[in-house]
Amino acid sequence: MVKQWKGLLFQSFNSGSLLVFAFLCAYPFYYIIINSLSDPAESAKGIYFWPQGLTLSSYEQMMQIPTIFQSVFISAARTVVGTIITVFCSAFVGYMVTKKELPFRSTIYRLIIVTMFFSPGLIPWYMLMKTLYLKNNFLLYVLPGAVSAFFIILVKTYIESLPASLEESAQIDGAGVWTIFIKIIFPLSLPIIACIAVFTAVGQWNSWADNFYLVTDSRLNTLQYLLYTNLKSNMADIMRTSASGTTQGAALASAGKVTPMSIRYAITVITVFPIMLLYPFMQKYFVKGIMLGAIKG
Amino acid sequence: MNKKQRINMFLLVLPFIALVVVFNYVPLFGWAYAFVDFNPGVPLLQQEFVGFKYFKLILDGGNDFSIVMRNTLVMSFLGILTSPLPIIFAIMLSEIRNRVVSKWIQTVTSIPNFISWVLVYAIFFSFFSLEDGVVNKLMISLGLIETATNILGSDGYAWFFQLMVSIWKGTGWGAIIYLAAIAGIDPELYNAADVDGAGRFQKIWYITVPSLMPTYFVLLLLSISGMLSNGFEQYYVFQNPLNIDKLEVLDTYIYSIGIGRAEYAFSTAIGIFKSVVSIILLLSVNWLSKAVRKESII
Repeated sequence: MVKQWKGLLFQSFNSGSLLVFAFLCAYPFYYIIINSLSDPAESAKGIYFWPQGLTLSSYEQMMQIPTIFQSVFISAARTVVGTIITVFCSAFVGYMVTKKELPFRSTIYRLIIVTMFFSPGLIPWYMLMKTLYLKNNFLLYVLPGAVSAFFIILVKTYIESLPASLEESAQIDGAGVWTIFIKIIFPLSLPIIACIAVFTAVGQWNSWADNFYLVTDSRLNTLQYLLYTNLKSNMADIMRTSASGTTQGAALASAGKVTPMSIRYAITVITVFPIMLLYPFMQKYFVKGIMLGAIKG
Repeated sequence: MNKKQRINMFLLVLPFIALVVVFNYVPLFGWAYAFVDFNPGVPLLQQEFVGFKYFKLILDGGNDFSIVMRNTLVMSFLGILTSPLPIIFAIMLSEIRNRVVSKWIQTVTSIPNFISWVLVYAIFFSFFSLEDGVVNKLMISLGLIETATNILGSDGYAWFFQLMVSIWKGTGWGAIIYLAAIAGIDPELYNAADVDGAGRFQKIWYITVPSLMPTYFVLLLLSISGMLSNGFEQYYVFQNPLNIDKLEVLDTYIYSIGIGRAEYAFSTAIGIFKSVVSIILLLSVNWLSKAVRKESII
């Protein structure tokens, strides 16, 4: 009897605390969505459970931001183009390093893998990007990560686990490396390709530091960066040490243009939406990728 | 395969090798910036050579370096201290019988890991800001506090707050790898323990925890070797003039002095220092791992 009670107590305490943590992870997203759909005046008073004065006015105001459509386009473009380039390059190199006939095979593989363990640092990288005319150039978003050491390890491990006979029969038919890669290896490796694709796509969508360092042309700004600048426009709120306010905060508020909270909710929602919507479907690929990486790494 | 085909293969790979070399190896030449007093507009080779001047500055802790180093190490140690949390979370989750519920909790708690730091800031801003923050509004309306506290602009809470942010973002996803390890434990072990009359906590302590230790050990060693890299994004988005003394870490400092103030030499020197220290740390923990577990981590 006592044992049963203890078990029940444990179960309720255990599920209870997990549900609290799950709530802390989920509620912020819900809160921002309902506030973005509410009347800004109501929202300022505090809305916690349900939208008040349902309206799309925050979204209409958001669309008044001159660069908003351009930013959505750039973010989408870097996600699509970047994913295609990275998947193609990493899969092809990953396949080539499995070929015993490739001259300098192990040297090439080591040359790539070693890049995971050191970093040239910000300034040398920044100077290089400037020298290559990648400053204010769309290619800066998609080229540097094209050949990724981690993805090459994943692909190599996966291809090595495939039966060699499939490839050999194609070679006898006289197919070249290229044809074998496109017609045989790529379709067979789709499970690992999907992992790489979701990792890259989420990474591309979320990136903003490269934008921040190297882009001064507002036509190339991403949605993440647009959100960042709009969030930081309200430094006055941060600068006040208490509700009474200091002159410092007031000065900042009058000097800079402050984005209303309602518009920020709206930008946050459209920035987070693709991830929230697709994550439940992508999760299994992330899990698989991290497992394969853990076994190898 | 004949020689011509092999050369053809090499030529096919060459453009990709070129990409790797250009973006990863060519910038290493830029390390030369750390040894000169940089004058804009003058070619690198004609700059004034100053030897290890900027490395001495690092060792002396000059130009706020010692404060930045302190912040970096504090945040890394706090991170290492809380690194068992994903294990605890994974064990708790594995004790939930209902598969649908545990799957749902797992999905919901790992979403924060996949949003950008800008979004994380947007979320924490709407919860903790002075005027619009949920926490302040709620506590005032419930009469728990009289005046709002500016948590985001606070010097005193800064470290603790960033630790909370990291835990919120990383715990759910961090548990995934341990959940897989738990799923891989032989059920016979638990059955045998049941026969011996072991309770729930004894089974966790004597079976589950030891089987997770190898994974934990590898992750712990990797986080030790990455101790100087807290990352740029988290600390940069949460920085403001009121908390910068606590939140300026090496990765943000390299940016603010390098690109912000154009002190290329000192910034590059810190970058080199970071790279060298992490390689030394990585080799040492790898040696340690070989000695303790007879297994290399890299």
